[in-house]
This record gives sequence, structure tokens and C-alpha cells, in this order.
Amino acid sequence: MSAPTADDLRARVRALLAENDPKTVARLDFLRARFDAGLAWVHFPAGLGGLDAPRSLQSVVDAELAEAGAPDNSPRQIVIGLGMAAPTILRFGTPEHHRRYLRPLWTGEEVWCQLFSEPGAGSDLAALGTKAVRDGNGGTPANGGVAGGGDWVVTGQKVWTSGAHLARFAILVTRTDPDVPKHQGMTYFVCDMSAPGVEVRPLRQITGEAEFNEVFLSEVRIPDSQRLGAVGEGWKVAQTTLMNERVAIGGTPMPREGGLLGPVAEAWREHPERRTPELHDRLLKLWVEAETLGLASSRLRQQLTAGQPGPEGSVMKLAFAELNQALSGLEVELHAEQGLVYDDWTMRRPVHIDFAARGPGYRYLRAKGNSIEGGTSEVLRNIVAERVLGLPSEPRVDKDVAWKDLPK
Amino acid sequence: MTERADSPDLLYSDVEEDLRASVRDLLTDRAEPSALIARTESAEPYDLKLWHTLAAELGTAGLMVPEDLGGHGGSVRETALVAEELGRSVAPVPFLGSTVLATSALLAAGPAASEVLGRLASGAVIGALAVPLTTAPGADFPSAVTVGADGALSGRVGAVADASVAEVFVVPAVGPDGPGLYTVDASAAAVTELVSLDLTRRISDVVFEGAPAARVADADTAPAALQRALTVGAGVLASEQVGITDWCLTETVAYVKERYQFGRPVGSFQALKHRLATLYLELVSARAAARYAADTLANGHEDSDVAVAVAAARCSPIALHAAEEALQLHAGIGMTWEHPIHLYLKRAKSDDVALGTAGRHRARLGGLVDLPA
Repeated sequence: MSAPTADDLRARVRALLAENDPKTVARLDFLRARFDAGLAWVHFPAGLGGLDAPRSLQSVVDAELAEAGAPDNSPRQIVIGLGMAAPTILRFGTPEHHRRYLRPLWTGEEVWCQLFSEPGAGSDLAALGTKAVRDGNGGTPANGGVAGGGDWVVTGQKVWTSGAHLARFAILVTRTDPDVPKHQGMTYFVCDMSAPGVEVRPLRQITGEAEFNEVFLSEVRIPDSQRLGAVGEGWKVAQTTLMNERVAIGGTPMPREGGLLGPVAEAWREHPERRTPELHDRLLKLWVEAETLGLASSRLRQQLTAGQPGPEGSVMKLAFAELNQALSGLEVELHAEQGLVYDDWTMRRPVHIDFAARGPGYRYLRAKGNSIEGGTSEVLRNIVAERVLGLPSEPRVDKDVAWKDLPK
Repeated sequence: MTERADSPDLLYSDVEEDLRASVRDLLTDRAEPSALIARTESAEPYDLKLWHTLAAELGTAGLMVPEDLGGHGGSVRETALVAEELGRSVAPVPFLGSTVLATSALLAAGPAASEVLGRLASGAVIGALAVPLTTAPGADFPSAVTVGADGALSGRVGAVADASVAEVFVVPAVGPDGPGLYTVDASAAAVTELVSLDLTRRISDVVFEGAPAARVADADTAPAALQRALTVGAGVLASEQVGITDWCLTETVAYVKERYQFGRPVGSFQALKHRLATLYLELVSARAAARYAADTLANGHEDSDVAVAVAAARCSPIALHAAEEALQLHAGIGMTWEHPIHLYLKRAKSDDVALGTAGRHRARLGGLVDLPA
């Protein structure tokens, strides 16, 4: 059977709407029906919320449904599940995993988080030390495991976990064999965040709020049936997750004066008395930079749509991070006296980052994280240099050393 | 605030890629770096044989000109693509002066320019626009050349690009009837080639002393025609700068992979890798900005002034940065006359002041997008 066309998808959207009027059907029921109709993520397999359609046709479905006033699944709030957990589960999960996890993940009934980074393993993720040990006595079908598989007992600490306090499940990478080099000996699991031994503590940041958490894992039992990929192959599975993370960060459409440029341009127009020649040239440099990056994003999307994906996406995140930092710094200066005022230091737990709802001081402080989260700019430059430009890597002193013998 | 053009085409079409392949093949064969360096000190700094093949046989001179006027009915997009390839090779040909600046002015001048335009478009004749190459879009109409009662032109124009090989000048001049555009045979002008910073694009002083001239645009159309030429020039120059950046990055990456110091390829040092990754990011940005400028110019979109200001403000410093980094990362080799990097650095620095500096384009942009000083 050939892949569905845009017209096929429009017909399916009409059929969905005919049977489920968004005005009368409850939001969750509508989302479930949409998933079952294969219109959730059209590039996923049939039966798992998709129709094996080209990924580029998703926008056709989204536009038709938005026009009909259909509810969406709050993609900004369940972004980790959608962008990172789902593609990994699809690729490495069993049919049972697919059936159990994908639908409630997509509808947002079950929120996911990502237990990757550790206090000693951020950019060097393969250094992680959260330990998972096989317990020979566990693992019966009665406790959720597969017979003969045995439970795993997990102990360690994760950090920078956004949404952990809201999450029902996590994707988790652990160390299962400390005697082999660090990229080997890792194993990947689905972790039940309500299991005994999982403790989530808010991690307050420089902005005053706590988007992120520390997650302490104390002898958490995970059935072997919750493993994704083979024992010791966790790095390979994690690569799938991380590649999808970068795709998710790279491709946001940016209209002219969108993003953090908007409030800066507005402040300039509203306060002629604060203008100086130096600020003017800085503002225009950033205007040019923002416009250029907006165009580069558009060009990247056109390449993807035309089926000529280039490596350009790997640098967009880096560029936007630097732009945001420069813009938010300029904005504080443009507010003169008011730039000394901060809107609110109260500790909050935002569901997603909302730059627009906060003041210039918040934007300045939060933007500092843009060059750290999702891969630091330094690590991304290495990736561009090595994978795009083909430059040789620096000598690696840790490549052939057992993880347990690495300096920590 | 203005809006970006709806769904501009920022890619290269298949036809454009075919054109690129032909131009690149020709330049690879005929504009080899060591020959270029030798030519710069010869009696013929321009390669007019190469120019004839490029302009007439490959038809690049007439890309922007409609077929009924003797051209190929293409657009600024294809012209910009050729400029990109010429930037990559710094070939010494009068493309900017003749095909871009003089041709754009004549195209906008109206029917009186058709005959000269056709000769330029066929590649049979080389033209030049008699303004200093530093003139930016938005500049006042020049008054250096005046029209006498007999209709002849007098005056002096400095730093005219490609003038020493031009056979016809397109001259903005002011007469009793106000501003106008005129064409003058080069034989009627005194042209003194200057010692140019850019060895592969020469500039000259041009003096007219009662030179016979034909008016091709009057006070109603001349200012807009000149403005169009300068805007197209600045927009196409951005694509040339993309080509310069691309060559500098590609050559430097190849060099640092093979150059060993301290027991390993210097390209494995993070300090160098990060600088090259930054250049790559700049190339991605420059290409997007230059393609948008070319596309809006090709379609006559009202956002083209903003698009050109953005492309010019972004691509000039990027090309210059790429050439300066290429020199530094080639170290001692980069300082030699025998390595072609200096040709690119000289072109990049000259382009940096050609058709408006980045700062001037930013200042102009401030007015266009309601961010006044």
C-alpha cells in the first residue's frame, strides 16, 4: 500500500470530525479518538497513532484540526514524552511497550521525564554512574516482570530533570557493568516514577523558580520487562533519544521580530529618550542576526520538505542561544532604572518556560541556560567540527579504560 | 514593522544547480589559483578570454535580461548564483561592473537603453556603472558629472569598478533638466586604472571632458534606476561573499586536517575546531540571508530593501572574518604571495566597503524597520 497523501489525510480528518464534534466531545475523548484514527503523529506506524505517512504531512493534519477548533494535546507541556521518549520506545520497545505507553503519552494522560544527566555526568553523559544490579530472586510475571528476567535494583542520583514532579514515567539510563569502558556497560529502562525509592526534589535556579528537579533513586526495583534494548546497549538507545532532542530544538519557525527580539524592539520604540548611537548599532546588529537566523530556520525547513536534509540544524541551537543572551542583556540596559528591578523571586514550579510572561531580568537570567541545556555550545561546536566538517577528534584518554577506573 | 515575503524560495533550483555546475567546471579549468596570481602582475590583469566564455558562451551576462531584449530571461536569483561561484574563485572578470551594476541600471532605465542593454546581455560589450564602488543604496544622486548645454558630460568619478576594461559607461549626471542616466563610449573618457587593494577586481578614475553622451533615463526615472542598480548590486554582492566564505572555510578545513604540529593534525585542537565551527555557522547564516535577498529582488517583492540591507550587513563581516581566519589558521603559509588566500582577503576587504559598509546598511535598515536612531 502506498503512503497516504495530503488529500487522504484531509479526508480522514473530516471523518474524525464527523464522528467526534470538538464542541461536544470531551477533550481527552477527542484526543484518544484522534490517536486511534492514526492522526496523532502521522509518520508513526498504523495502530500506534500514525499511518506510515511522510512526516512533513503532519502540518496538514494540524492545520485542518486547528481550523476546526479541535483541542490539542498541549505539545509544549509534554515535549519530553513526544520528542524524546516516544521515538525511543518506538524503535527499541517491544509490541507490549508500544501498546502500553504510546497512547497515554501522546494524549498527555501520562507525562514523561528523562533521567539522563547526573551531577558527575552532564556533557560527558557516558560517564554516568547510576547503578543497576540484577536481582536473581525477582522477576516473576506477578510483579510485572517477565519470567526468568529478574528485577533490576537501581541506585543513584539524576539532576536537571524537568517535569519529574509531574511525570508518571521516565526514560532512564544506568550503569550495569562498571568493568568495561564507559560507552559500554550501560542499560536503558522505562522507570515508574511512582515506584518505591524514587524521590523528586525541586532544584531552585538563578531565576528563583524551580523548573528542574534532582531525582534520587534508592534501590528502585525495575522489572527486566521494562528494559529498552539489550543489556549493555544503553548508549546506542540513548543516541536515538539525543538525536531526536536536537531535531526538536532546531526547527522552530521564527517570524520577523519574533522571540526575544520582540520586547527589545518594543522598548526601543517606546522610549526614544533612552536611545544612544551605541545602543542603536547593537540593536540593529541583533535585529540582523535574528532575521538571518529566522531565514536560516526557514531554509532548513525547506530543505527537509524538499527531501534534502542538510547538517545545518546542528548549529541552529547554538546560534539562537547566543542571540537570546545578547538580546536579553540589551533589554535590561534599555530599561534603564527599571532594569535594576526584578519581577518576582518567589519560587515557582512552571509547567513550561514562558519568556513572554516574565520581565527583562528573568529573560536575561533564564537565557543563560540556553547555551547549557540540551548540549553546551562547546560540545555542539565539537560535534559540528567533527561530524559536519570532518575534523579529527582530540586524543581520548578514557576510551579504553574501564568505567570503574576513570578519575571521578 | 514590515513583514517578510510569504514563503520565499531559499533553496537552489535544479536549473540553478545545473548552471552552478557549468560555471564551476569552467572556473576550475580556467581560473586556477597560481595562474590567477601570475596574472595579477601581468599586462592583462583581467582574463577577457575567460570572460567571453562565461558571459557569451555560458550566457551569464544576460541572465537578468528578458529574451526580447537579447537576454536569457532569468532573474537576480541566477545572477546571484553565478556571483557565488565567482566569489569562490575570485576570477578576474568584470561581472559585477558589467552584468550586475551597469545592466541593472539599464534594465530600470527604460526603452531608450534597450540597444546598449542588448549588447551587454550578449556578452559582446563590457559595461561599467560610473559611480564610486563605495556608493551605498539610499545614497543621494551623485552630482560629480554634469551635463553641458550641448548634452556632453564633464566631471570626474573615482574608484569605478571594472572601468579599465569597459567599452561603455552608464553615467549618472546632473544637467539643466535635473538628474539623468547617460551612456558614453569608453573611447570618449579618460580612464586611469588605480593600484587596487583587490588584485582581481580593479578600480579606476574616470574623467569626462565634454564627452558625447546619450540620455537613457530622465529626471523621472534616473534616480530610481540608479537606486535599483545599487540595491541589486549590494544584494548580489552578498552572494559573492557567500562564495568567498565557502572557499575560505573549505580550504582551511582541508589544510588543518593535513598539517601536523605537536604530534597531531592541528585540526584536532579544540581551540581551532571551535573557530571553524563558528565559521560554519556564519556560512549557514550568510547563505540564508543572501538567498532571501536574491529571491525578493527577483520577484520585485516590497521587502527587498530590508532583505538587501540584512544580507549586506551580515555577509560582509562574515566573508571578511572567513578570509582573516583562513589566513591565521594557515599561519606562515597564509602570509605568502604564492598561496591564494591573499586574493580572497583583498577581495573580502574591498567588498566590505563596496556598495555600503555593514554599518551603513544597518543604519539604513533602522529607517526601513522603524527602529530610528
